[in-house]
Amino acid sequence: MALRRPSALRRILTVDLPMAAILAFTLGPYLWMFLTSVSDQDTLFTEGPSIWNATFENYARLFDTVGFGSNLLDSLIVACGTVAVGLSLSVTAAYAFSRFNFPGKRLLMLQFLLINMFPLVLLILPLFVLFRVLGLLDTHAALIIANSTVAIPFSIWMMVSYMNGIPRSLDEAAMTDGCTRLQALFRVVLPLCLPGIIATGIYIFITSWNEYLYALTLGGRNVRTITVAVQTLIGEYEVQWGLLTAGGIVGALPATVLFLLVQKRLISGLTQGAVKG
Amino acid sequence: MTDATMTHAQTPDGSLPRRALSRRVLPYAMLSPAVIVTLAIVFLPMVQTAWMSLHDYVLFRPNDFDWVGLENFRRALGDEVFWISLGHTVIWMATTIPAQLLLGLATAMLLNQPFPWRPVARALIIIPWALPSVVIALMWVWIYDSNYGVANEFLLRLGLIRQAVPWLADPDTALAAIILTLTWQGFPFFAVMILAGLQSIPKSYYEAAAIDGASAWRQFWHITLPGISGVMMTAVLLRLIWVANSFDVIFVMTGGGPGYATYTLPLYAFVKARTNLDFGYGSAIAVLFTLLLMGVVVVYLRRAGKAVQ
Repeated sequence: MALRRPSALRRILTVDLPMAAILAFTLGPYLWMFLTSVSDQDTLFTEGPSIWNATFENYARLFDTVGFGSNLLDSLIVACGTVAVGLSLSVTAAYAFSRFNFPGKRLLMLQFLLINMFPLVLLILPLFVLFRVLGLLDTHAALIIANSTVAIPFSIWMMVSYMNGIPRSLDEAAMTDGCTRLQALFRVVLPLCLPGIIATGIYIFITSWNEYLYALTLGGRNVRTITVAVQTLIGEYEVQWGLLTAGGIVGALPATVLFLLVQKRLISGLTQGAVKG
Repeated sequence: MTDATMTHAQTPDGSLPRRALSRRVLPYAMLSPAVIVTLAIVFLPMVQTAWMSLHDYVLFRPNDFDWVGLENFRRALGDEVFWISLGHTVIWMATTIPAQLLLGLATAMLLNQPFPWRPVARALIIIPWALPSVVIALMWVWIYDSNYGVANEFLLRLGLIRQAVPWLADPDTALAAIILTLTWQGFPFFAVMILAGLQSIPKSYYEAAAIDGASAWRQFWHITLPGISGVMMTAVLLRLIWVANSFDVIFVMTGGGPGYATYTLPLYAFVKARTNLDFGYGSAIAVLFTLLLMGVVVVYLRRAGKAVQ
């Protein structure tokens, strides 16, 4: 006697319809923003946004007159820099956590978990003072360092869970064949968890791309990331909602696309720890 | 082979002491870059915040760094805006997180049912989570727009309101409007986490319960809820910390206004430092907020830990 299969009609009423309603709530604002961004500025307030006679004029203006291109470049540099720093520092650390037992291991792991527990305001003020002293304000380096405060502990956490999934016997086999520890790590373990590393890297990329408060406080003039640029748009072009929403779409697009590409692997990595522990 | 045996030297040749030493040092060597960097860019600045909070430090007088002891904290306790912000922080956390949890739970239960377009729904539901907070703020400001916003139009057509409401400009509705935005932003996270928990509950439990004649409600109460309580606990904890950090949405949407209607503690600390350049007082508020948050986390962990067991 298995579970009874509900009839199709009942399923539609109890599952499909509520799900569709929730999805409409989830995607509605995003679609509305897109619709506004392709509407003609002149008719937006008289007729409202519409998909008929869609125009990409707002997007053209965004790059021609507002200069969104350089903002995109700044965001790209900061995000890629954070990915490089976050991943390179955490690979060996994650390997050590995954493969060795040593005194202080729990304490050190706890330390990396705790970092994420502190509110951002606690860090943003001293980092500003610090970078001012070092003359790093308004540089890409400042934003990369600030974003790394989140990226390093996060990628260590993720990579430990990916590396735990790779059998230790593989390291040992490699070392029997004459590899050193580090060779075993770089030639055997790393290639095997490459998909996990890529997912982690993409997640770091997305969070750095989306980051706003550090970008506003520690950058802003020479180095103006896309999020700060969008916020500046709100102030400067208050009622030009076509232009504003076009900026929003451009700012959100890279992260959204990347996220949809890797979401499966990412979520399994994120939730593994929570479900097991 | 367990790692206990691996960390101890067991080479048969004569170079044992050297190899044993290198094995013992190796994990620390591998950890040191990450540990040193996080010490430098996370822990050191945190200590610096605490240190600044004990000083009178205003950035346009950078040479004055006078020790004032706990004066900044005393000032905060006598500051009306501090108490307003604290009140909003409590309302903000106490409504956003349960709303996200309930909506996330419902979504996860739905996503756990078989239906033809489930993979599509599962992929799309997380989109708000991937959006930059500035873009989220931007699109909700547009939705709440008092003249042309779709929220007003929608509610007017349904006859729920008589005239357009300036959602973000009215002190009575601004905080609620922001809470709705934050709920929208965060519930997919709960849905995804809880879904993972649901999928780890063996199907046979439900089959056995169905044979025993347990109703759907009883199955939910006695099988589903205990099965996902661990995940829910973790998710709420992560969210608590995350929501505490998400004042950027508020900052862009209203900047704390109208008046002090949407001030929260992290926002207040940030604004104090950013616009008034009062880093000493801003640090003190940040420290107070962190202590309060830690207190909530500790109490929560104790309570939730007991409940789960």
